[in-house]
Amino acid sequence: MELLYASCVGLLVTCGVFLILRSRTFTVVLGLTMLSYAVNLFLFSSGRLSLNKAAVLGYSSEYADPLPQALVLTAIVIGFAMTAFVVILAIRGQTDLGSDHVDGHTPNKKSTQNKKVKV
Amino acid sequence: MTLLWIPLLSLLGSLISSMTGKLTRNQSTGLTMLLPVTALLMTINLAPAVFSGDVIRETISWIPLLGIDIAFRLDGLALLFVFMILGIGILVIFYARYYLSSNDSMPKLYAYLLLFMTAMLGIVMSNNVIQLWFFWELTSISSFLLISYWWQKPEARKGAIMALTVTGGGGLALLAGLLLLGDIVGSYNLDIILASREIIQAHAWYEVTLILVLLGAFTKSAQFPFHFWLPHAMAAPTPVSAYLHSATMVKAGIFLLARFYPALAGTDMWFILVSLTGLTTLLFGAYVALFKHDLKGLLAYSTISHLGLITLLFGLDTKLAAVAAIFHIINHATFKASLFMATGIIDHETGTRDMRKLNGMWRFMPYTATLAMVAAAAMAGVPLLNGFLSKEMFFAETLHQQLLGSMSWLIPVFATIAGALAVAYSARFIHDVFFNGDPIGLPKQPSEPPRYMRVPIEILVALCLLVGIFPSFIIDDILTAASFAVLGGYVPEFEVALWHGFNLPLLMSAIAVGGGLLLYTQRRYLFQFQASLPSLSAKKGFDDSIYAMTKWCQRKINDIENGSLQRYLMLIFLVVLLFAGGPLFEMSQVGGQKQLTPIDVHNAMGAALLMVGAISTVIWYRKRVVSLLMISVVGLMVSVAFTRFSAPDLALTQLTVEVVTIVLLMLALFFLPQHTPRESSSMRVVRDVGISVTLGVVVASICYALITRPLESISDFFIANAKTGGGGTNVVNVILVDFRGFDTLGEICVLGIAALGIYKLLINLPLFIPAKDSEGRPWAKERYPILLASISQSLLPLALMVSFYIFLRGHNLPGGGFIAGLVTAIAFILQYIAHGSNWISERLTINYRKIIASGIAIALFTGVGSWFFGKTFMTTWYDYFDIPFIGEIELASALVFDLGVYITVVGATLMILASLGQLTTNASKKEVKN
Repeated sequence: MELLYASCVGLLVTCGVFLILRSRTFTVVLGLTMLSYAVNLFLFSSGRLSLNKAAVLGYSSEYADPLPQALVLTAIVIGFAMTAFVVILAIRGQTDLGSDHVDGHTPNKKSTQNKKVKV
Repeated sequence: MTLLWIPLLSLLGSLISSMTGKLTRNQSTGLTMLLPVTALLMTINLAPAVFSGDVIRETISWIPLLGIDIAFRLDGLALLFVFMILGIGILVIFYARYYLSSNDSMPKLYAYLLLFMTAMLGIVMSNNVIQLWFFWELTSISSFLLISYWWQKPEARKGAIMALTVTGGGGLALLAGLLLLGDIVGSYNLDIILASREIIQAHAWYEVTLILVLLGAFTKSAQFPFHFWLPHAMAAPTPVSAYLHSATMVKAGIFLLARFYPALAGTDMWFILVSLTGLTTLLFGAYVALFKHDLKGLLAYSTISHLGLITLLFGLDTKLAAVAAIFHIINHATFKASLFMATGIIDHETGTRDMRKLNGMWRFMPYTATLAMVAAAAMAGVPLLNGFLSKEMFFAETLHQQLLGSMSWLIPVFATIAGALAVAYSARFIHDVFFNGDPIGLPKQPSEPPRYMRVPIEILVALCLLVGIFPSFIIDDILTAASFAVLGGYVPEFEVALWHGFNLPLLMSAIAVGGGLLLYTQRRYLFQFQASLPSLSAKKGFDDSIYAMTKWCQRKINDIENGSLQRYLMLIFLVVLLFAGGPLFEMSQVGGQKQLTPIDVHNAMGAALLMVGAISTVIWYRKRVVSLLMISVVGLMVSVAFTRFSAPDLALTQLTVEVVTIVLLMLALFFLPQHTPRESSSMRVVRDVGISVTLGVVVASICYALITRPLESISDFFIANAKTGGGGTNVVNVILVDFRGFDTLGEICVLGIAALGIYKLLINLPLFIPAKDSEGRPWAKERYPILLASISQSLLPLALMVSFYIFLRGHNLPGGGFIAGLVTAIAFILQYIAHGSNWISERLTINYRKIIASGIAIALFTGVGSWFFGKTFMTTWYDYFDIPFIGEIELASALVFDLGVYITVVGATLMILASLGQLTTNASKKEVKN
C-alpha cells in the first residue's frame, strides 16, 4: 500500500508540474491545485499511513500522528486562498492585458515588449 | 535606562516633528527642539560620572546565540560626540527655522535631521559592532534623504546618490571588516574587541580587517581618493551641510578611527595607511579649496582638508597626536558649523554664493561679517582662537615622528604648506566676500538677516573665542575623558595653552600665516596656472563607472531574466530536482525497515480513480471545463484518502474546500477562454514531460522512503496533553486552536489578506461577458432555475444547523472552526448560485471585510485575554458546566478562538466568491444595455 500511495503522490507531482509548465494561466492554476494535492498528501504521509486510528482520544488504543494532520489542515485552507488569489489575478491579467498567456502577451509580440522593458 | 533614551528621544523627535505640518513655524521648531534638548540635559547629567573615568553601559539581550545585543555605552569619546551631535544639532534646527523659505516643508527637514541625529547617536554610543554598523548605514540613508531634500534639483539628486553610493559602499566594507573583527575576537561586543589588541594584531587577518575598516572610515570622512562625494553633497540646504559636514556625517569616519584606535592602531601598516591618506587629503583639499568660487565649495574642500589633518594626526605614532586629533575634532566642528551658517545667511540675503559677485558685504551686514571673520580666522589658525591651539599641537606633533625614515622632515614641511594654504583660502573667504570693492550683479539687495538667525553663529563663535583664550578652563575635562577612551586608559601629560614660548611650532605658524597671506595676494598667478591644467572631474569618472556597471548588470540580468515565466519555472524545477534528487543517490536503498501493509481492494480502486482523474486532467487540459471536472475527481479522491488513513478532519476540510474551489474555478472559467491553444513545440513538450516525470519519480521515491521508515514523532506530547491541558479529545483540533494557536492566527490572517487582495483586484474590473458559450450557443434565458432556488432555500437552515453542530463538537470530535466555516460558506454560495447576488443583497447587506476583521479580532483578543489572567499569550482555559435540559457541557476559551477562525473563514470565502460572482451580474447588466 505504501508503494501505491507513493506512486499516487508521484503521479500527482508529475501532472501538476507538467501543467504548471504550460503557457496559459488557467492551466497553471490547475497545475498548482494538483501540486497542492500532492504536497498535502506528502506532508500528511510524514505521519505514516495508519488505518482506523483517528487521533480522537478514547476511540482507539493507538493514534495516528495528529501533528501533520493539523499542519495539512491549515495548508488546505491556505492553498485554497492561494488558488483563489492566483485565479483572480489571471482574470485581472486577461482583462487588463488582453491575453491569458503567463507572460501577459503571446510570444510573437515578445520582441517589441522586451525592448520597452529594457529602457 | 538613561542611555537608551538618548537615541530613543531623538527618534521620537523625528516622528513628532514629521507630524507638525499643521503648526506654525515657531511651534514646529519648538516641538522639534524639545526632545533633543531633553536628551542633551540627560547627557549633561551623566557627564560628571564619565569625567571621573567611568564607562556607563546598558545592555538588552536580543539574539544571545548570535552575540547580538542592543547595547549602549558611554565613555569619554562617545560623550564628546554626543555633546557635538546634540549641541550643534539643536543649533541647526533653530537656524533652519529662519533659513527655510515658506515653500520648503519644515516637518520633512526636521524629521530627516532628527533621524540622522538618531543614527549618529547610535554610532557613537553602540557597544556592539553590528549595531554600530546598523546605525552607520542609517546615517548613509538619512543623509541621502537630507542631501536630496530639494529633490526637484538634478544636482541634489545626483549628489545624494553619489554620497549614498560612496558611503554605502564603504559601509559594506566596514561590515566585512567588523565581521572579521568579531570572528577574530569571538565577540561583537565593543568592550571585548577594544581590550583584545594583542589578539587582533597578531592574527593573520589583521591586514585585511584593517583595510576594510579603514575603507569604511575613509569613504565616510571623505578622504582622498573618496573625497569627491562631499563637494556634490553641497546641493543640500545649508543647515544640512552645516550639520553633516562639521560635527556629524564626515566625523563618523573620524570617530571610527578614534573608536578602534586602541584595538587597531600601533602597527606600521596603520601608521603608513592612515598618515599618508591624511596627508594627501590635507594638501589636496587645501589646494583645491583656494580655487573654488562657490562659498560652499570652498568650505567643502576646506572640510576635506581638515578631515585629512585629523586623519593624519591619528596616523602619527605619538599619544599626543591622538589628543591633538580629538581637540581638532571639537574645534573644527565649532568653526566650520558657524562658517556654513554664515554662508547660509549670505546666500539667503544676497541670493548667490559666488565669490566673484559677492564683494563688499561688510557695508551691508557688518554684524554677520564680524562673526564670519572670527570663524574664518579660527579656520586659518589665528592666535586667540581655538583653531590656533590645535594647529600648534598638530605642528608640534609633526616634528616628533619618524614615519618616512630619513625623509620624515618632509611631513612638517607639508604641514606648514597646508597651513599656508588654509590661511590663503580663509583670507579669500574674508577679503573677497566682505571687502574687495562692490558687489557685482546680485539678485537681491543684501541686508542683515533676522535677528535670531544669527544666534546659533554667535554661540559657536563665542565658543571658538572662549576655547581659544581660556583653553584649559573650558576643554580640559572633556578632552581628557575622550583621550582616555581613545588611548585605552592612558592619557599623556598635555597642556593646552595659548603661549608655550618661542619654539618651532610657533615659527611654523608664523610661516604659515605669512606664506598664506602672500599666496593670497599673489593668487592671480596661481589661478592662471590652475586654469592651464586640464580639468579632471571626479564626477564624470564616477558617472561613467556607474553607467558601465549598470549596463553590465542589465545585460547579465537580461541574459538570465528574459521575461518568460515558463523558463523561470523550468529553472526552479531543475534546481529542486538537483537538491531533492541528489541525496537519493547517497541512500543504499529506497525502502525502509517498516512492515509494509498489503493493498486491499478499496485502496486499489481509490488509487486507480485518482490516477485516472489526474491523467485525464492532463490529457484534456486544452478543454478547460473537462479538465476542471477531472481535477475535481482527484480532489474528491484525496479527501477519500484522508478518510481512509485516519484523518477525518482533513477529509472534511478537503471535501468542503474542494467544493468551494471548483465553484470558484467554474466562475473564473466563465471569464477566461474556454480552450487552451496549441502552442508548445514537440520538443518543449518532450522537455516538460521529462522534467515532470523525473520530478514525480524523485518525489515518489522520497515519499516511499519516508513512509517505510519507523516514525519518531513529537506528537506523543500532544496526545498526552490534549485532554488535560487543552480540554479536548480531538487532538488535531486542540493542536490548531491551542498548542499551535499562534500559527492558526497567522493563517487566518493570510486568508483574510488573500480575500482583501482579491477584493481589491476585482474593483473596477471592466469585464465583458461572452454572449455565447464556447460552442456558439447563447446562454440560457432563465438564469436561476426555480428548482434549484427552492431546494437551496430550504437547505440553508439545515446546512447552518449542521455547521453549528460541526463547530461545537470540533474540540472533541472531528470538526471545528475551519470546517464549520466552509460548510456555512458553501450554504451561502449555494444561495448565490441559485438566486444571484442581487437577490441576496436585497435581503442581506453584509460587509465581508468587516466580518473578516472581526473574526481575526476575536481570535486575537481571545489570545490576548489570557494576559489578564496572568497567563502567557493564548493559554486555554476550560471548565464544565451543568446546563438544565442540555446536560453537562464543557466550555473552553479555545471555543471562542475557534469562533474567530470560523468567522474569518466564512467572511473570506464568501468575499472571494461573492466579489467574483457580483461581476457576472454587473457585466451582464451592461451587456443588456448595449
